[in-house]
Amino acid sequence: MSRDKDRLLNILLVSPSILAVIIFVYIFIGWSIRVSLSKWKGLTADYTWNGISNYLELFKDPRFHVDIRNTLIFTGVFVVGSIVLGFILAVMLDQGLKGEGFFRSLFLFPMAVSFIVTGVVWRWLMNPATGSRTSGLNLLFSYIGLDSLQNPWHTTPTWGMAAIALAAIWQMSGYTMALYLAGLRAIPAELKEAAQIDGANSFQVYRHIMLPLLSPVTLSALIILGHISLKVFDLIVAIAGKQYALDVPAIYMWQVTFDGLFYGKGAAIGILLLISVAVLIIPYIRYTLRTETEQ
Amino acid sequence: MRFNLRVGKYWLYIPLVLMAVFYLLPMYVMLATGFKSFAEIDLKTMWNLPKGIAFDNYVEAWKNLSPSLKNSFLMVIPATLISSALGSLNGFVLAKWKFKGADFIFPFILFGMFIPYQSIMIPLVQFMRSVGLGGIPGLILAHIIYGIPITTLTFRNYYASLPHELLEAAKMDGADMLGIYRHILLPISLPSFVVVLIWQFTSAWNDFLFAVILTGNEDWPITVALNNMAGSQIIAWNVQMAGSLLAALPTLLVYIFLGRFFLRGLLAGSLKG
Amino acid sequence: MNKKLFALLSLLAIVSFVIAACGGTAATEAPAAAGDQVEVFSWWTGGGEAAGLDAMIVVFKAANPDIEFVNSAVAGGAGTNARAVLATRLQSGEPPDSWQGHAGQELIGTYVAGGQIQPLNDLYDAEGWLDVMPETLIPLISQDGNIYSVPVNIHRANVLWYNPAVLEANGVEVPTNMDEWFAAMDTLEAAGVQPLALGEQWTKMHLLETVLLGTLGPDAYNGLWDGSTDWASADVTAALDNYAKVLTYANEDSASLSWQDAAQLVVNGDAAFNVMGDWAEGYFRELGKEPNKDYGWAATPGSDGVFQFLSDSFVLAVGAPHPDAATAWLKVAGSKEGQEAFNPVKGSICARTDCDKSLFGEYLQSAMDDWSSNTVVGSLTHGVVANDSWKTEIDTALGAFIADGNIETFQSALTAACASSGPCK
Repeated sequence: MSRDKDRLLNILLVSPSILAVIIFVYIFIGWSIRVSLSKWKGLTADYTWNGISNYLELFKDPRFHVDIRNTLIFTGVFVVGSIVLGFILAVMLDQGLKGEGFFRSLFLFPMAVSFIVTGVVWRWLMNPATGSRTSGLNLLFSYIGLDSLQNPWHTTPTWGMAAIALAAIWQMSGYTMALYLAGLRAIPAELKEAAQIDGANSFQVYRHIMLPLLSPVTLSALIILGHISLKVFDLIVAIAGKQYALDVPAIYMWQVTFDGLFYGKGAAIGILLLISVAVLIIPYIRYTLRTETEQ
Repeated sequence: MRFNLRVGKYWLYIPLVLMAVFYLLPMYVMLATGFKSFAEIDLKTMWNLPKGIAFDNYVEAWKNLSPSLKNSFLMVIPATLISSALGSLNGFVLAKWKFKGADFIFPFILFGMFIPYQSIMIPLVQFMRSVGLGGIPGLILAHIIYGIPITTLTFRNYYASLPHELLEAAKMDGADMLGIYRHILLPISLPSFVVVLIWQFTSAWNDFLFAVILTGNEDWPITVALNNMAGSQIIAWNVQMAGSLLAALPTLLVYIFLGRFFLRGLLAGSLKG
Repeated sequence: MNKKLFALLSLLAIVSFVIAACGGTAATEAPAAAGDQVEVFSWWTGGGEAAGLDAMIVVFKAANPDIEFVNSAVAGGAGTNARAVLATRLQSGEPPDSWQGHAGQELIGTYVAGGQIQPLNDLYDAEGWLDVMPETLIPLISQDGNIYSVPVNIHRANVLWYNPAVLEANGVEVPTNMDEWFAAMDTLEAAGVQPLALGEQWTKMHLLETVLLGTLGPDAYNGLWDGSTDWASADVTAALDNYAKVLTYANEDSASLSWQDAAQLVVNGDAAFNVMGDWAEGYFRELGKEPNKDYGWAATPGSDGVFQFLSDSFVLAVGAPHPDAATAWLKVAGSKEGQEAFNPVKGSICARTDCDKSLFGEYLQSAMDDWSSNTVVGSLTHGVVANDSWKTEIDTALGAFIADGNIETFQSALTAACASSGPCK
């Protein structure tokens, strides 16, 4: 009796969201897939069937290969960096220090400022000029006698994306910290005390007790950061302009669609991004859900 | 009662202050540049203090931004609160009230946040027009809907990390579903409400793309005004930086206000009963 | 405590939603009676551009007091955001009455091909514009004998900016052809001076178009865009060799500089030359620099007597909600009064050749002389000679070239781009 009522409630509670997602996500994705299979080029919609040639073209496109490499580098550095930094900050702030509120707001603040402007600041900070025109962080390093840390930042061949990821870590690690802090606050104090009484040192407590308990939070952080890194656009354009060496799929998609008006090809890039997400993330989610159920 | 790192906690100020310096460096550049004159902006002298403290840039930026401030608040408050509430309910149902298909519905909703917004601008505008939702209400709807995946994700995983014993006890006492949500989960949801509200407020407040395609110039929120301060050719970075700091202030105030609800000891004693 | 907070938040949500629902819909959905307003879409939102637009709106309101002017300007580097918004609006069937576009193929290849703008020949005849605009300009903004836009201003792309003091200190003359330029830059480099200041990728495309013009000359340069010059020819190879050589004189941090940063290096004496359109002059003035003292200018090497132009122009939408008001706006945009209000403030010259010279500064006066006497060719980077699809393909090829330095693949990519999106077969 009450079970049936609950089931009905369940469905009632989630159905508006599901309906909205069906329309605004899946129907739109369907439209996008259709466009990606068309010859649409220019401002007039053209749904002439083109098969998968837009996709084949992309697989052969050297620029798209650069994009994939850059996305992998960016995602790796950005996601790992933000999670590690965010977790450490959260643990430090969970100790009940005076000034917690100040540090917490300070670490979050970069997230509040528009990417376009922080990107420009990072462009200045990471200026790679040498000699009398040295500026930015490189100049700062020489002020404090750490000249050996000077480097060409995002103009480094191949690994330049890692420097861009540094700017993104600066902007988003505060949010990862907030996620972990919320998670830490949900762990019953008794558990922490129990661990302490057992004689585990503090590092072991965090490593072996807190971290596993926080694995759902890590999953949230992973997915949120991952979706940012697939979509990163403003930040890169602000730091480096639209340049080939630091190109990513989101920029390529924008240029192909709105500068070049190749709507079919632009849609194909978008769909490939979605497919790569599906391939990488959904199995991981299913695995997590299954292990949760087993527990 | 508090658990502390063994080594004594005061040495923690050393890494915290070092991290604070890392976070403050770019902030310093923004703040200093915001006080400089146009001719003073030069890469070589970016670390120098401005020659004087003049608020001209801030005054000019305020002139440009203030008309759209109201639009931003009207849009961001409902967009943030409604999508957070929906996310909390979804998260509760999906995490703690497993029913057949729950494990399918979760990734189904989640997938929505990976959709590249640039590639669905056309159907989005057409749909809003066909249902007659123009201006700010349309923008609110877009932010609510595209916020659902991320709010659901955060709440579901937060609820999933809560001990099972919490709910089992209540179920034994015969509480029904909504009762459990209201009396047990909601009171201890504050920290995750905080992180979700932070996220939604920030992304709705800073959004440019939806704002510029879904609203006309009368309804433009502050981000469009901020972008419009730049010309297409010459950009006055001193005024831009002053403007973005001004535009970020409401968000910062929200962080400071919400931060107070990262309460400790929420679950104290909950395992004993 | 918690309950109060939740109650407060829900109240906030409801109140603001109600206000938004009432205010928002009324503002956007209210249908205006035809003719009482005109919506003009542009990317003139900041600095001199916005001030110039405002000055032109004043002229418009004086002539049309009954028409409300709706200024839908959206910013974004050289109009990138603006173009995406416009494209979305056009495809959703909601065009503004008139919008800004770079005169030439960017506009023709995009909006004429899409059937979204109307020919304006009658307006040109009625207003006598054909008599006051350079003859060589008209074919560049027409397609099949139809003129599709009203150019408001003219900028020059092929300008070589230099620091007079740096050149003098090193005994270098202003170069007039590519070889002189290379010799001058060798001297400067040997003296430890940065010869050329360069910025991010689009400024490299800007440099490319001036080197193509300077090496090939105006006729062969024009031929690149109508298919009569072969992109695979030895002449183009020579031009690309020159381009690759010019790049070797550029600053190593070019990828991280905006055009402003690069131009600033010249007026600050950190570099000798910079190639940039003449909006740089407005920038130098804002920095408080003086013409012929802190900066000098010349046509880029090999392009003396040629004016490589770009122009912002306005169009009439097919299906414009207020066609009469839109025509009234175009009349102002093409008028002497409108252009004289706009251009001195924006820092560009009139598209008309009959504007009052005394309104303009020293550099712009010299540009006005050149505009009415030089051979006019179009800019690639700024949308005159190639449609958007073609330009995007060239940009990708250029990006790959900057990364790998291979001239051969660069030239074959350029040849392929002309075949897939240009007139080459």
